[in-house]
Amino acid sequence: MVGIVVVSHSERAAAGIREIAREVGGDARIEAVGGTGDGRIGTTPGPIREAIEAVADDGVVVLVDLGSAVMNAELAIEEAAADAVVADAPVLEGALNAAVAATAPSATVESVLEAAEDARDVSKV
Amino acid sequence: MDQETQTEAVRTAVEAIADRLADEKDHLTDLDSAIGDADHGANMDRGFRTALERVEETDGDPADLVKAAGVALVSEVGGASGPLYGGSLMKASQELEDGITADTTVAFAERYLETVEERGKASVGDKTMVDALTPAVHTYRKSIEVDDREPIDALGKAVDAARRGVEFTTPIRAKKGRASYLGWRSVGHQDPGATSTLYLLEELLDVATEYVDGEVAIDAAADVEPDELPDAEDAPADGGE
Repeated sequence: MVGIVVVSHSERAAAGIREIAREVGGDARIEAVGGTGDGRIGTTPGPIREAIEAVADDGVVVLVDLGSAVMNAELAIEEAAADAVVADAPVLEGALNAAVAATAPSATVESVLEAAEDARDVSKV
Repeated sequence: MDQETQTEAVRTAVEAIADRLADEKDHLTDLDSAIGDADHGANMDRGFRTALERVEETDGDPADLVKAAGVALVSEVGGASGPLYGGSLMKASQELEDGITADTTVAFAERYLETVEERGKASVGDKTMVDALTPAVHTYRKSIEVDDREPIDALGKAVDAARRGVEFTTPIRAKKGRASYLGWRSVGHQDPGATSTLYLLEELLDVATEYVDGEVAIDAAADVEPDELPDAEDAPADGGE
């Protein structure tokens, strides 16, 4: 199954987004990575790499929140032994779409990435 | 310089940078509290303290030490400065595998700039570290390859170019990073990343001068053409919000 990694500057935000995504994509393999590991707001590449490798069997789609999360996810992917891509998508909506797409029997990294990035065009009002 | 002296010079440079960032911690945080998330000083201080520990316990050539410093920054700094400073040192360290010479330092500087630009997707005028780094690297290369200056002299000119680059970040509007969310409110504030980049270069110049025993006179303020910088007053001409 294609894995999903949710990266946020906040540990609780990442965990919360995973919680919501699991409501709609119950079987999806989702890892949540947030904060710097020592209680600060931010991101570091080490824990992102570990999360990617933990769900890497059939590739990974990474959802990120703000600026440095993108850079640290890219650095983590360069160092990870896995086929992983960063989705250009809003983190919550993208994670929901990706979770649903990942549970399809024919899911690939490409199809899950595409589903995540479809969330860019979703209008809220 | 033999390899042992070069290795010692790298350790001395990391120590000088760590000391400087400890001194400037509050100043960098003040700059970052105006347009960012007020953690740049603390992050850089913590990152370079760890980098210093790593280079002190690492054996090897200058490239190994610079790489070790980069790895430490990536894991400790957090935020965007971790991958930008650390990731770029890791990549650029490959250019020092044959030691520290005029040619390898030019290659190092260019690789570092290239990696920062790729990772941060920023260019000159975005109000980021690139505004200090780009004129510094271009000035360094031109001084060595075109003007045939000694590396220490070229570094002096690069520092001066970086200083002008830092000044240039004050009047312009941020287009990258957390400061970009402020839009026009970012105008009038000096960029913290460009400032810490200048501190790194100033300390490198100090240590390099120490290692060539002051053989070359440095007049950093002399005849530098900051040709990489657009005019500050033209920069925010892309319309408002």
